[in-house]
Amino acid sequence: MNIIVFAENQDGAFKKSSFEAISYASQIASATGGQVTAVSIGQVATDKLTELGTYGADAILNYQDAIFNQFTGEAYSKALAHAAKNKGADLIIISNTYSGKMVAPRVAAKLNAGMVSGVISLPETSNGFKVKRMVFSGKSFAEVAINTSVKVLSITPNSFTIAENPKSPSIETMDAGLSASDVKTETIEVARATGKIPLTEAELVISGGRGMKGPENWHLIETLADTLGAATACSKPVSDIHWRPHSEHVGQTGITIKPNLYIAIGISGAIQHLAGVSSSKVIVAINKDPEAPFFKAADYGIIGDALELLPKIIDAAKAFKNA
Amino acid sequence: MKILVCISQVPDTTTKVTFTDNNTKFNTQGVQFIINPYDELALTRALEITEKQGGTVSAITVGLADTEPSIRKALAIGAHDAIRINAEPIDGFFVAEQIANYAKNEGFDLIFTGRESIDYNGGMVAGLLGEMLNIPSVNVITAIEIENGMAHLERDIDGGREKLTAQLPCVVSAQKELTEPRIPNMRGIMAARTKPLKVVEPTGSQANTQTTSFELPAPKGACKLIDAADAGKLIELLHHEAKVI
Repeated sequence: MNIIVFAENQDGAFKKSSFEAISYASQIASATGGQVTAVSIGQVATDKLTELGTYGADAILNYQDAIFNQFTGEAYSKALAHAAKNKGADLIIISNTYSGKMVAPRVAAKLNAGMVSGVISLPETSNGFKVKRMVFSGKSFAEVAINTSVKVLSITPNSFTIAENPKSPSIETMDAGLSASDVKTETIEVARATGKIPLTEAELVISGGRGMKGPENWHLIETLADTLGAATACSKPVSDIHWRPHSEHVGQTGITIKPNLYIAIGISGAIQHLAGVSSSKVIVAINKDPEAPFFKAADYGIIGDALELLPKIIDAAKAFKNA
Repeated sequence: MKILVCISQVPDTTTKVTFTDNNTKFNTQGVQFIINPYDELALTRALEITEKQGGTVSAITVGLADTEPSIRKALAIGAHDAIRINAEPIDGFFVAEQIANYAKNEGFDLIFTGRESIDYNGGMVAGLLGEMLNIPSVNVITAIEIENGMAHLERDIDGGREKLTAQLPCVVSAQKELTEPRIPNMRGIMAARTKPLKVVEPTGSQANTQTTSFELPAPKGACKLIDAADAGKLIELLHHEAKVI
């Protein structure tokens, strides 16, 4: 298959999820034959662009007009559809980041392509084209067949490993033929927490629930997270009573995450919460109630009071990091 | 201000998910259905906007007759009228196409969807609608104000928040924080009985995708308990045994 991959950058550096997407595409191209073209949109330095070759990009299309200096779903989807037509692509792969979610459906509609979002498997191509995705916010999986000749997949971050497959890609500067009137949205301000790992991309996540007893105790969660290089999250009750921002709420009505390690501290493990985290590779539950449902979903558990246990765990984590 | 809110009916969040017919169908036996929570936020925010600056809110759903209680509830919450497109919502593309076909001649200034439905989690209807109607679409908004024909928005981005504007008409998808959901009162429930609910037959489009089977996650093995007195041992196990740190 001829594959187009959206290589998303943030401030000129490609995101980890972009390398995952290229590795994913590269595996499909190896199995089915065909070329992987990475599409970079916005300002990225040439030495950064060539990084895409490390993971299997055969070619790079570079869209860097001023119109792409701000992210907009309209302009970015036009560039991707332009690239897909240019390369005669039959598969478009986009990581399911917040920007990816905005772009992918617009690309699918432009190309009249069948789209599957939140994909967690390589496609099965022996009989048609099928992929696996999470449904019911992680409570189960579905296998979905795409019937159209052109297909769009948005793949779940942290679901695929980054694998090297070095190529020496050509870099072609492209013009999507956009004018200012094609874009009807305008970015006013972008605020990102500096030095913090975004929850959706984190490999390690430390999460707190009402067992933390109050927002004043969250420094323990943050210290453990900082020590291990993890992102912080919380349960729904905690965000509902405004101990923590909604953006940290993981669960069925919050964010669904798939980290390598999820440590749930003082969270009982209601079915809605488990839905959002059950695909984590390793789950640790810390709760004073031995009957807490989380222990049934966890790989490791400690029964005890969060505020008493956390300092011990932090000490051990610090010793481990300093060792 | 003419606003359209897209409503999807989903299983209640406490639902234990099971399947029938050799794992090809979601088992609806004993399942309570609700309005998708993000759609409920969208509806409430749409009502707040029209209460402040005038206008109407229409609720639309793509579903068979069994979705009527949810669309009636949208009317009870405060939508002025409702449209049900009489079809099984096969996939996001199909749903968006049905809604776009209805909306294209109706002159809506603003179209709301939820961020995603909590059952199939596609999260693609807002973007598809935007493209099909050739208007901007902005995902996961946490704030919206309308001023001088312009939507002033805030949306979640990876690791932060973005402020932006969008020209009307546009499509937005509702994220938590947008507002607090409204519960219908008795007057609203009574009024909903006589509000217009139009049933429209689907236009002939085909689904691009097809769910062929479902699968439940493999059950976890036993949880390894660590003695509370030796809690620090967790770090060692995560490193040497689980190999995740």
